[in-house]
Amino acid sequence: MENINYAIETNDLSIHYGSFTAVKGVNMKVERQKITAIIGPSGCGKSTLLRAFNRMNDFVPGCHVTGKLLLDNQNLYGKDVDPVEVRRKIGMVFQKPNPFPKSIYENIAWGARINGFKGKMDELVEQSLRSAALWDEVKDKLQQSAYALSGGQQQRLCIARTIAIQPEIILMDEPASALDPISTLRIEELMQELKKNYTIIIVTHNMQQAARASDYTAMMMIDDQRAGGVIEFDDTKTIFTRPGDKRTEDYVTGRFG
Amino acid sequence: MNEQNRNYPEGSAFYSELRKRYLTATIWQTLFLSALVIAVVSLTALIYNVLDGAFGYVAFEYKNDPAEFTPTPIHELTKEELLVILKEGLSSGAYNKLDNEQKMEKRSQSELYILFLERLLQIDTKATWSMTDSLTRGDEIRAEVAEKYPDAELEFRSWLTPQFLTTPMSSKAEFAGVRTAVLGSLWLVGIAILFALPVGVGAAVYLQEYAPKNWLTNIIQTNINNLAGVPSIVYGMLGLAVFVRLLETLTSGAAFGVTDSNGRTVLSAGLTMGILVLPLMIINAQEAIKAVPDSLRQAAFGVGATRWQTVWYHVLPNALPGIMTGSILAISRTLGETAPLIVVGASTFISLDPDSPFSKFTALPIQIYQWTTRPQAEFHAIAASAIIVLLVLLLSLNATAILLRNRFQRRW
Repeated sequence: MENINYAIETNDLSIHYGSFTAVKGVNMKVERQKITAIIGPSGCGKSTLLRAFNRMNDFVPGCHVTGKLLLDNQNLYGKDVDPVEVRRKIGMVFQKPNPFPKSIYENIAWGARINGFKGKMDELVEQSLRSAALWDEVKDKLQQSAYALSGGQQQRLCIARTIAIQPEIILMDEPASALDPISTLRIEELMQELKKNYTIIIVTHNMQQAARASDYTAMMMIDDQRAGGVIEFDDTKTIFTRPGDKRTEDYVTGRFG
Repeated sequence: MNEQNRNYPEGSAFYSELRKRYLTATIWQTLFLSALVIAVVSLTALIYNVLDGAFGYVAFEYKNDPAEFTPTPIHELTKEELLVILKEGLSSGAYNKLDNEQKMEKRSQSELYILFLERLLQIDTKATWSMTDSLTRGDEIRAEVAEKYPDAELEFRSWLTPQFLTTPMSSKAEFAGVRTAVLGSLWLVGIAILFALPVGVGAAVYLQEYAPKNWLTNIIQTNINNLAGVPSIVYGMLGLAVFVRLLETLTSGAAFGVTDSNGRTVLSAGLTMGILVLPLMIINAQEAIKAVPDSLRQAAFGVGATRWQTVWYHVLPNALPGIMTGSILAISRTLGETAPLIVVGASTFISLDPDSPFSKFTALPIQIYQWTTRPQAEFHAIAASAIIVLLVLLLSLNATAILLRNRFQRRW
């Protein structure tokens, strides 16, 4: 019964590019309806690990994964698992806002439509935009280009698009790194709203963001073979106040990285 | 001044250094400008050369005196008068033959007038002059004509006339037109694009989006790039072997109940052209697909799209403008290629419009080549006119493709 609290679990998960191991032996249990942050210096494999969670790394030539990634006790890297199904359950928001070159409405409707959504599309669009705190800003221009929105609005549209397909988990790859501080704050507020319904895993470079917004924090670091790994995983408070690892302490206090 | 600054020139040394940099820049800029001038001069010379041949003075005689047929000046003859004249002037056998081809009463005044000139007056061109000569030495030409051809009339003529576009071929330059050649060229372009566009885009999508990156893909890719540079005559040989000979039952239409043709049809030639432009289409489509940002693919995959849905809804629509650019190049190439058509067997003289894929055909470049090899100067003049037609056709087809591209290029 303990499992029920965990949205996703990794079991000795390693990610390799050809013969090079990029991320090694990750064991993490991500709690449901919490925000889990992954932090660490550049090049330590944070994004690689995050992309492994919804099998986006499948598109990288030569990339393969060993170990297990368990969602509801099912290994997402099992032979009988379709990556499309994985991405349907685990949505992703990317570093740079990447709305489709279509209307605001269509940005949300497309994902729903290709996944065979049978309900009322207008309602879904409105509800998704409301959940992403974007509805009031765009309700009068749903047929306009998504590219006409500001960067922060585009990123919230991307979040709305992800919510629309009702995933269990939302992965966010430095979602605010291309945004100004005000837009960043709005995204963080939004995350607090979203965690009522979704599990969120976020990669961030911004230490304050991790400290402010997340419930749990995973600290990643590369070893002497240049393979990244999670060196410490605990609640955010512990990581930022009483880290167990000297390297984590150095990193979160800004002494290096 | 600190230590590091001494490594850089200061004061007057700096300015002399700067002058040198500007000098180098000026030299290169001048070179680039001259390159542009050379290009512009060459193209202007080309266009002038063509126009020079297509317009100019013509000295001609009528073998038979117009007065024998009618008292009215021949330019003022009405359709009814022409009908009477033709009926009286032509033998009844010749008249009935013409009538069988197309009812004489239904022909227009200008058609009848041309028949009158051709059959009864029997116009005979004595000499032609280029546009430059006609404009600069008009008096000399008039004197020359008066001396050498006392019976001849001298006329400044544009060889490019509406009749030139609408009449089929003729053995007399004065009555020859490019109708069959233009139609043949359009058929060729149509068939080639219908073949090369879907096949080329399909191959490009597979190579870019599906094919694994291994040695086999590399070999295929390299060969496609090389094929784009294979001389067109080689494609002609291929077309002859495959479409004209091997697949004759299909390309001649025998399999579809067409009886009076062999494999040398517009279909064979069009398919040959299609294969000729295929590497071009594939490479262009690949470049267009490559240019679609990866973030868009990831966005689609991120909401649970399959690869096919990603390609169909996002990659292809965004690559379409680039694909259209490839089609524009393919159209130009198809219109201009001559060598493969000679090998595949374009007819040099046909007066029937190509009306099905199984028709015999000719094309503009073939026609132009044919006319320029004739010794008579008037054929060179109509060759120049045909070149103008070819260039205009090329420009208008390309303009259409560019308009289409801009329509697809709706930016969000």
